[in-house]
Amino acid sequence: MKLLDFLRGERKKSASVAKERLQIIVAHQRSQRDQPDYMPMLERELLEVIRRYVKVDQDAINISLDRDDDCSVLELNVTLPRS
Amino acid sequence: MAKIIVVTSGKGGVGKTTSAAAIATGLALRGNKTVVIDFDVGLRNLDLIMGCERRVVYDLVNVIQGEAGLNQALIRDKRVDNLHILPASQTRDKDALTNEGVEKVLDSLSEDFDYILCDSPAGIERGAQLAMYFADEAVVVTNPEVSSVRDSDRILGLLASKTRRAERSQDPIKEHLLITRYNPARVDHGDMLNLEDIREILAINLIGLIPESEAVLRASNQGIPVTHDANSDAGQAYTDTVSRLLGEEVPLRFHEYQKKSLLSRVFGGGRR
Repeated sequence: MKLLDFLRGERKKSASVAKERLQIIVAHQRSQRDQPDYMPMLERELLEVIRRYVKVDQDAINISLDRDDDCSVLELNVTLPRS
Repeated sequence: MAKIIVVTSGKGGVGKTTSAAAIATGLALRGNKTVVIDFDVGLRNLDLIMGCERRVVYDLVNVIQGEAGLNQALIRDKRVDNLHILPASQTRDKDALTNEGVEKVLDSLSEDFDYILCDSPAGIERGAQLAMYFADEAVVVTNPEVSSVRDSDRILGLLASKTRRAERSQDPIKEHLLITRYNPARVDHGDMLNLEDIREILAINLIGLIPESEAVLRASNQGIPVTHDANSDAGQAYTDTVSRLLGEEVPLRFHEYQKKSLLSRVFGGGRR
């Protein structure tokens, strides 16, 4: 089978696809782990406000909270469509 | 003072109860006074896996609500002297468990036992959170499969925030990864996540690796924890896991695929 795979030009193994997908989703889960409970709501409402003015997709908005020792930074990234 | 260990996973069907029963049996066989508690109120199964389903009279909820004493509810294991089982209720709902009630039960068990194992229900709801709340250590049971690994990561998040140790800013719960249903042949073919990948993604210490084994179903059919099947791969793998929980260094077994010869791979190969 290995020889055949080699001759065909090896297809990506399903386990390595699984690993890549998991790394992304787990990193995302961890970034949300320490965030305050109001973040999902804040995100939703911000999106609503932006949508009143510009037509953007759900995933065009990215919001994150980075904590330093003495202050927190709320970072908001919105990808606007080309008008 | 007993050590409280929760056996948890998030996802259902990955082998929590099998593992709780096997580890509890292993700890008791090593001379530790051990009790294993079923926290799955409404869907109890630990009694079946331990083979004591016909001896259940009172349960955890009865004890918490004062309808029975702890000694009336505890079931002495038939096979191992210092092993006891505290079954869950079959008829009540999960709201019958309270934080204070569980704490009281654990406190009094703590006086008599060396190890208290809490067999968590699946999910991340109240029952699962109560099972982990008072724990000192956690065994996170994970299958080499995407949804199980993801759910295990969610559970790690809860262990780090929604437990007594976390709330009191004490030393964090010691987290152990237990990989079950591992199939080295499929890993070798690239069709199953390998143990290094899982360990890397979850970033916790590996306490054991249980190969996918016919012995596990055979054990649950009979109600004899698989640890007693000392000739089986799974039984030996659980015994190794228990040794590591007790702080011993034991090399990993059953994780390598016994490769076929070169000739049979080229010509007679074929998957599985």
